Amino acid sequence: MSVSVQQADFDIGAEIDALLAGRTDVGAVATFTGLVRDVNDGSGVHAMTLEHYPGMTEAALEDIVAQAKARWDILAVRVIHRVGTLQPADRIVLVVVAGSHRGEAFAACEFIMDYLKTQAPFWKREDTPEGSRWVDARESDDSAAERWKQGG
Amino acid sequence: MKIKVLYFAALREALGSPGETIELPESATTLAAVRALIAGRGGDWDKLAQMKNLRAAVNQRMAEPDAAVADGDEVAFFPPVTGG
Repeated sequence: MSVSVQQADFDIGAEIDALLAGRTDVGAVATFTGLVRDVNDGSGVHAMTLEHYPGMTEAALEDIVAQAKARWDILAVRVIHRVGTLQPADRIVLVVVAGSHRGEAFAACEFIMDYLKTQAPFWKREDTPEGSRWVDARESDDSAAERWKQGG
Repeated sequence: MKIKVLYFAALREALGSPGETIELPESATTLAAVRALIAGRGGDWDKLAQMKNLRAAVNQRMAEPDAAVADGDEVAFFPPVTGG
């Protein structure tokens, strides 16, 4: 179970411990945690709702993890992405990558996030003082994912 | 031939539908043809044609407009993704 899409919050320490349980070959653990910000594109955000495509979202995340494992010599990966309604400061996403050395762990963690942002079917809607709005995709996310294709 | 079609996020709201099962004419064999067929109903359905940067999937894999669509497939249309 390397990938989960869930409404519930997660405990970062517990997830790292579970990933490392029984292993003595790991020398580096890189993690990324994404949080709900209280401001986006100049507006206050007091809540965010995440929608997904059940089935495809999990498959897309599994595929991204498989690509990372094919590309770097990493030992274990855990990805959790929350859905439903979240408040500012709530955790949204967690990526944990365990490897023998930090270089692979850092790179794979960033790759997984960059691909998740452009390939995994999630959509955010923000509640702002001006009303509710769907978040637009950012070109900077496309270019962040694109650079991995150029051997970067 | 029958296919399942799903709509997500801003597109689901614009069309007022989470999805449907539709009967395709034999001539509609690609994602682009399915999109044109549904948008061609007029009214709010035209928003499927108007949406910029529309993304799509066939059987839960990202797919391009020229992707083949066959009987029993699950097709989805949605805006660019914004997770993470």
